[in-house]
Parts: sequence; C-alpha cells; structure tokens
Amino acid sequence: MAIIGKPINRVDALLKVTGAAKYAAEFNQPNMVYAFPVRSTIAKGSVTAIDSSAAEKSAGVIKILTPENAPQLKAIDPKVKTGGMLGEQLLPLQDNLVYYFGQYIALVVAETYEQARAAASLVKVNYSKEKHAIDLNTELPNGYKPQKVQGEDAQVNEGKTAPVIDATANKISYTYTTPTENHHPMEPHASIAVWEGGDKLTLYDSTQGVMGARGTLAYHFSLTPENVQIVSPYVGGGFGCKGSQWGHMLLAAMAAKLVQRPVKLAITRQMMQTNVGRRPATQQKMAMATDDQGMLTAIRHHTDSYGNKSDFFEPSGKQTAVLYKAPLREITYKIAKLNIGTPTYMRAPGETPGTFALESAIDEMAYKMKMDPVAFRVLNHTAEDPSKKHPFSSENLLDCYTIGSEKIGWQQRKAEPGQLRKGKQLIGYGVATATYPAGRSAASAKVQLMADGSVIVQSASQDIGTGTYTIIAQTASETLGIPVEKITVKIGDSSFPPAPVSGGSMTTASVNPAVMAAAEMVRKELLALATADAGSSLKGRRPEDIGYADGNFFVTADKTTADSYADIMRRNNKNIVEACTTAMPASGSGLGAPTAPCMEAPIDKEENSDKEKYSFHSFGAQFAEVWVDEDFGTIRVKRFVSVQDVGRIMNEKTARSQIIGGVIYGIGAALMEETAYDHRWANPTTRTLADYHVPVNLDVPDIDVHFIGKPDPHISPIGARGIGEIGTTGVSAAIANAVFNATGKRLRDLPFTPDKMLLKS
Amino acid sequence: MTDQKQAADFNEDEKQIIEDMITGDPEDMTIFGVSRRQFLKQLAVITGGFAAAQYIGPDELFAAPSVLVPGTIPINSIENGVNASFNVNGSPVALEVDSRMTLLDSLREKLQLTGTKKGCDHGQCGACTVIIDGNRVLSCLTLTACCQGKNVTTIEGLAKNNQLHPMQTAFIKHDGFQCGYCTPGQICSALALMDEAKKGEASYLTENIREKSLSVQLSDDEIRERMSGNICRCGAYPNIIAAIKEVHSGKEVAQNWQFA
Repeated sequence: MAIIGKPINRVDALLKVTGAAKYAAEFNQPNMVYAFPVRSTIAKGSVTAIDSSAAEKSAGVIKILTPENAPQLKAIDPKVKTGGMLGEQLLPLQDNLVYYFGQYIALVVAETYEQARAAASLVKVNYSKEKHAIDLNTELPNGYKPQKVQGEDAQVNEGKTAPVIDATANKISYTYTTPTENHHPMEPHASIAVWEGGDKLTLYDSTQGVMGARGTLAYHFSLTPENVQIVSPYVGGGFGCKGSQWGHMLLAAMAAKLVQRPVKLAITRQMMQTNVGRRPATQQKMAMATDDQGMLTAIRHHTDSYGNKSDFFEPSGKQTAVLYKAPLREITYKIAKLNIGTPTYMRAPGETPGTFALESAIDEMAYKMKMDPVAFRVLNHTAEDPSKKHPFSSENLLDCYTIGSEKIGWQQRKAEPGQLRKGKQLIGYGVATATYPAGRSAASAKVQLMADGSVIVQSASQDIGTGTYTIIAQTASETLGIPVEKITVKIGDSSFPPAPVSGGSMTTASVNPAVMAAAEMVRKELLALATADAGSSLKGRRPEDIGYADGNFFVTADKTTADSYADIMRRNNKNIVEACTTAMPASGSGLGAPTAPCMEAPIDKEENSDKEKYSFHSFGAQFAEVWVDEDFGTIRVKRFVSVQDVGRIMNEKTARSQIIGGVIYGIGAALMEETAYDHRWANPTTRTLADYHVPVNLDVPDIDVHFIGKPDPHISPIGARGIGEIGTTGVSAAIANAVFNATGKRLRDLPFTPDKMLLKS
Repeated sequence: MTDQKQAADFNEDEKQIIEDMITGDPEDMTIFGVSRRQFLKQLAVITGGFAAAQYIGPDELFAAPSVLVPGTIPINSIENGVNASFNVNGSPVALEVDSRMTLLDSLREKLQLTGTKKGCDHGQCGACTVIIDGNRVLSCLTLTACCQGKNVTTIEGLAKNNQLHPMQTAFIKHDGFQCGYCTPGQICSALALMDEAKKGEASYLTENIREKSLSVQLSDDEIRERMSGNICRCGAYPNIIAAIKEVHSGKEVAQNWQFA
C-alpha cells in the first residue's frame, strides 16, 4: 500500500480553504484583553523617563508595563540550556537599555485593540542617546573573528590561498554584497497568554518550535516545563523568524500575569521589520584560481557581516566547504556589532547569500577560462565532501545539471553575452548549483490505533506550510496499512511527544522515522495478538509470512486467509493499541528536544548512519531564462527550471510546492528584497510591504520542478531529506549569471533593481 | 439574531451577483448557527471523518460560535461608539463598535469569523480581502462604520449546501497554498476577479482600455496581474494560477511535476 510519495492533497487543505484552520491570534479567550507595544525611537542609549500619564487616562487602558512595574524574569544565563533559543538574547522591560531602533520599551494593555494602540501613541519617552553603530564598513575594524560556525571551525586556512591564487593569471577576485532582508511570513507573530494561577501558563503562539518556546518561557518565568503549554496548530509561514523566541511572547505572558486576564499581543507588520530577526547584510570577498585546463586549484571566501546581542551571524561560507573539487579552500568571517535588531536564521541561512557569491564567482571563472558554465561545474564536480573527505550519503548532482540543461534548452544559449534578443528584450540563460545540509535530529511520536479503525498520531512538531501534517499521515498510513483518511495527525502542541524545531530542513528526516517506528510497534503488537489468538485464522503463523493492507492482516501466499485489525482488537478486548517511540539518529540527538518517556526505536546503523561516516547534503541545479529590457533595465525571469536531488520524495505535490516556493523566495532576493536603514536614526525605511517588496504573482514565471527521487540509504529508514530551504539556494546566482549572459553586465550587488542595470560598470 | 436560517433580503441584482460568484441558492446563505454547524458536520462525513480536522475535532472547533457572538469580549467603554447593521454571509448583524474599528477587526475579534486574515493592516498584502456587494475589498482599510447596509461575503460564506465552491476545490487540487494564511484572501480575490472579467473591466495588461470586451477569457498573465494584490510569501503563485485557470476556463488544468 504505497502511499508515501503519492501526490495526495494536503490533509489540512479543507480547513485552510474554508477559513477554519486556526492560527495563534484566533484563539480568543473569555475576558481577554489586548496589548500593544511602545517601541524605542533611538537605536542606542537608555530610557531616562517614561511619562504614561496621558496614556493611563485614555479610555479602556488597564495597565502600562514599563521596566518599573514589569514582572521580573529570570536573567539570561549563557551556561544554561533552556531547550529554547531567545532570538535576541534580550529580555523585554528588564532594564532601560536600548540596543536598536524599534526595541520594545513599554507595553499598553487595554480592553480593545483600538484602545491599546491609541494609548501607546500617547506614551512619552525621554532618552539618553548614544552614538549608534549602523554602517558595516565603519564598524568592521572593531569587529571580531568568530571561532565557530554551527559547530565547525569558522576560520579555515586563513591566509593559505594567497600564494596559489596570486601565482596565476587564471584567477578572479570580486566582492559580492547582499542586503539585510526580512522574512515577512504572511502571518505576523502573535501570542495569546493564559495563566491558571501563578504557575501554569498556556501560550497560543505562532512558532516553528513549540518545544523551544516551552523551554524559554518555562525558564524565564521559573516554571516547570510541564506547566507551560505552547499551542500552535497552524502557522502562517515562518522562514526562520518563528524558530526562536522573541520579546512579544514574553511580554504577552508578563502582561497576562500582571493584569490577571488573558492577553493577546499580535505584532504589526512594522514590528516584523524590527523585532523578530532578519538576514543580516553580507559583503563576500571571493577569489579563485584554476590550472590551464580549468580545474580549480583554490577557492577563497571571506564574509563580512554583522550581529547584535546574540552570537548569530550569517554563515555564508557553508556551501564553499562542500562544493567543487578544489584541493585548497579558505573560508573566513569577520563580524561587526551594529545597532540593528538581532539577525537570525532566514530560509537557507548561509547558503542563500553564500551561493549568490560562490555561484556568481564560478560563472565569472568559467567565462574567464572561456568554458561553458555547466561544463565547468561538471569538470570541477566532487563526489565526496571535499572538506571532511567523507562520501556523501547520496549524491546525484551531475544528473541535475544534465536534466536541467535539457529542460531549459541550454543549447540555445550563446557563450558570448548579448547575442539573443526579442525586440527590446535581451535574453540570457544562467545556471547555479543549489545545496543545503540534510539535518536530522531526535524526535518522538505517539501512534494510537482505536477500535473503530481510526488512528491518532501525536508529535510536538509543526506544519508551517511545509506539509508536515500530510506526510506524517502518509507515513502512518503506509506503515500501518490503514487508509490515510482514517488518520488524524495532531502536532503543534508542546504537550505531545517532543520533536525538533521546524527549521534547518530537518522535520521530514527527523519526525517521520519516529512516526514510522511507533506505527511499526503498533502493527507488530497487533499481529502478535492475532498469531497467539485461537480465534484468529492467523494463529501460529510466522510474522514474516503476513502482509497488511486496508486494516487487515493476510497470509501473503494466500490472501483469503486474513484477519482484520478491528476483529483482533474486539476479540482481545482492546479499545486502543498504542506506542510512543523516539527515533534517534546514530550521530546523536542533534537539535532534537529531550526525549519523552517513549521507547527508543531500534537503530539500523546503515540506515541511520553516523555523520562521521557520511556527509549529509542535498544538491540541485537551478536554471534561469531572463529577459532584460534594454531601455529600462528591468529584469524579468521568464522561465525557471529547478532540478533537485533531495532523497526520497514524501509527497510529489507538496514537495513541488516547497521547491516552487523556495525559488520564488530566491527571485525576491535576486530582484527586489532589501531592508534599508536611514543611518541618521538607524531606523528601517522599508517599514511595510509597500516598501519592502516581495514577489507578487506577476513577478513569477512558470517554474519547472524535477526531482531525482532516489532515496538516501543512510539518513533514515525512509530515505527522505528535508526540502524546505534548498529551493532558495543558487537562485539569485542563476539570475545574475543569466543577466550577464543576456547583457554582458555583471551584477554583484543584490537586489538587481533597474538602477543597477543602468549604472555603468 | 437567532441561530436559525435567516434568508437575506437580496434584490435581483444582488442575487445575480452572488449567483455569479457562488453556487447554490443565495437564500440559503447563513452565517453561524445550526445550519453552519450542520454543514460542517456533514462536510466531515463526506470527507471521511474529517481527517482534515487536524489537532481539534470539528465539534470543538466550531462549538464556540453557536450563535453570533458580538459582545463575548466585554468592552468597558466604547469610545465614539457607532452602530452598524449589515449582512455577513447572508445573515444580518448589528454591531456597536469603536469608530476606529475596521471591518477586518470586527470580523475577527467581534464576530469570531477568523477566516479573514490580518497580514499587514495597511492594504498592502491582500490577506484580508472580502467581497462587499460583489466587489473585492480590503477589509483592513474598511471601517466597520462604513459597512452600513452592505453585503459582506467572507471565506466562511463560500461553501454552499455541503459543497465547497469550485474555487476552493481547485485550490485544494492544485495546492494553491502552503501555510494557508493568504488563502482566504486569494480565494475571495479570485472569485471577484472572474466577475470583473465578465464585466469587461480593464487591467494594467489590457491593450486597449477604450474597447470594453465582455466575457473576457483571461490569459495567464492577465490572471497574474489581477492577482498581484494578494501576496503569498510561501510562493504558491503558479499553483494559484492553475486553480483559477481551471475554474475560469471550465477546463481541467494538468498538474505538472516530474521525476527525472
């Protein structure tokens, strides 16, 4: 009963097209009140006085929280693992210090949203202002060289490529820049906090990680984690900004505690630009050299970027450690501290800006060597991880280039730029490699088979639009031999068995093995009942001779000898058969939450291989056809082909949607997305979706998605790697390379707005 | 306001408009109440025990609004209160609201009709799109007080007689969403768009705006242009186009994905 992989409709689709799916801000509570934050209008300094007298007199106002009266939270201790991740390493209203423009400095609680918002505008704040740091290049001399990037060395072979690169004429050296970008999921973050007494907290919250949110809330409010419940059944997009915990979650709980009523705090689109993270700007200095045949001899990739209160920085050298055979590679970082809201993970953190730099530079190198950019990549392709020297767990990148070339019609491309046109439109083709690590973490799931043949699967995972509900249902269906319609998936609640944050493209590879293991235990327990049951036609049969489908066991050699799950349960007086398992990758728990009191699933060492044995990565090839208007400099992506090698596909329909969405996220980064700051005030001037442009329907062409579809034999018994992020990688480079092919103009500064086309190189 | 069906008083023009947009009899349009709950329960039966009711069962999910519930959130003091009476999904509602309250917030906070989404509150994203008297309108830019006497249709009012609207079905088939947050706005916008096409309304892509062409069959680019006021950050645009094309043309649109 193969249902894994089938393009079934989303199991939550009905709720989403009827408006019945409930998102965080929609769990209105009896007696609930509304909160609206007051935000700083300076970027650095301190609040010297808050005059809330006018606001307090405003109609409907219940309370105004300031550092003077706000509940005290347990302080941040870098040594303590809370299980969560406080995005900006800053607790709201605990002191009067200001680190960035737009920081929460007070909170108005009122009977209605309108009253809270109006009163917030009446709060008067005096500051002691200090000179803020806003310009990356001004601050870099005071920056630091991080030691670690996601557990690996952050400074690799510093200074070692210069002798190789300097010694040859077959080299390129350019700087590529990417701007600050914001996630802007359609649903702004929102929290509704409900206290029961002083020690039990429920938070309805839009989060990519209910377990992490529970950890952070429990720690800072000094509660036992079991007394904190995070509920997040539907999340209106995340893209990374809902992976950590931000101030509004704590503020909602603080306010609810103080006014002793449920509090809703739904942040505005403007706050999405300042208070919930961003992808920081990067300046990436790329250099590389080849021998006379075009074989890369060295690659150098230095990233300058910024951070604020947390240690996070954009790890844009990651793909440079993994792609191409070059024997020598130097990857370094320098990070400045700026008074901009804290950066965080954003869809393919590292690889999205990093592949722009690397894959643009590879294209420039190929052009310099008068080689076809696909042929250049094929020549320099590596079948093993060039840094760790491990084989990849599964790798079919060369097939991606071949298929993509055919689908885009690469043979139409002219080697020299500016050769193809249609009227005023200059036409070009570009390619780039996509890659993203394939993570897997510990995860737990509970599977319950009911006497009526229905199944409930629980896991504290999340569906942020990725299709988690659907593929969990498919996994349970196939493993149990029960139709998918009878399976109800319950996720997005921290009271379920723990699962990792929906980030790092690891949910599919982490949660589904747990679901499969639990479902297998249920099926085996049921079969054991049958084969021991005198009333069963399967009495005494060996398990290996038994098949299962549609809620029945049968003898595979004689399908008429069968017994139904319902009959087995009835005869054995069972209302429920259930199992809870934790699936642990051989390489350790990863980012997975602590295990629940669940059975640990048996590990097959080959199917759950250690990271020390194999390197786990997904790969792909991105191909763009662009049309550039020679008068106006406008760039339109006319066609896009994305070929992905991401292991087994769990659902053809939702997988294709993930890749399409990833490509569109990349088109946004390539053509329009930029968070701009006024350096005088350090405030973002792109405050809303009218200023921060994201792709709209007419910006998006037909996107042709192909999957290699070969299961990864080492990541898990299922063989699926995550696909949420890889679709975005390489997209802006493929477009940049196509623009060069169309026009001869090389764009090295994202985004490619028309002014950049019109400027002289 | 009882929880029984209340046939809205539509004039002939309104009936025509609604019929153009919505299958089924406009007289049957009901908001919350027994009818709606029965509908959803019946829908649950049709769809196999409501497997889709992830996390919360249908009874639990729809138990709260058994009657229309303005006032469940107590308001101590309404500043500049205004009264507005209008129809929502065919049922009359009468609200006293803060004069600053938008239609979007009235739907979500007072009527518990949370299908209409708040994405930007500035008329920039389209998530709050509803249909007022046949036209698509951004409910975040519409004050509740301005809705006096109007007919508002939200995502909750589209399915009729236990049947999803064909546009809803097409969105499911073509996976015209991921997170689902922009979806109600996309669907309302798509419905109104088809009506605009029938009326021959021009768009940015119309070549000759002086020639009004009736019953236009929209090209893909026309649909893209006319749907560009509804942002989908997950990037379901190609799937949304496929869904609208299928309903607009009445012909099946193939889904395409390929294994290499």
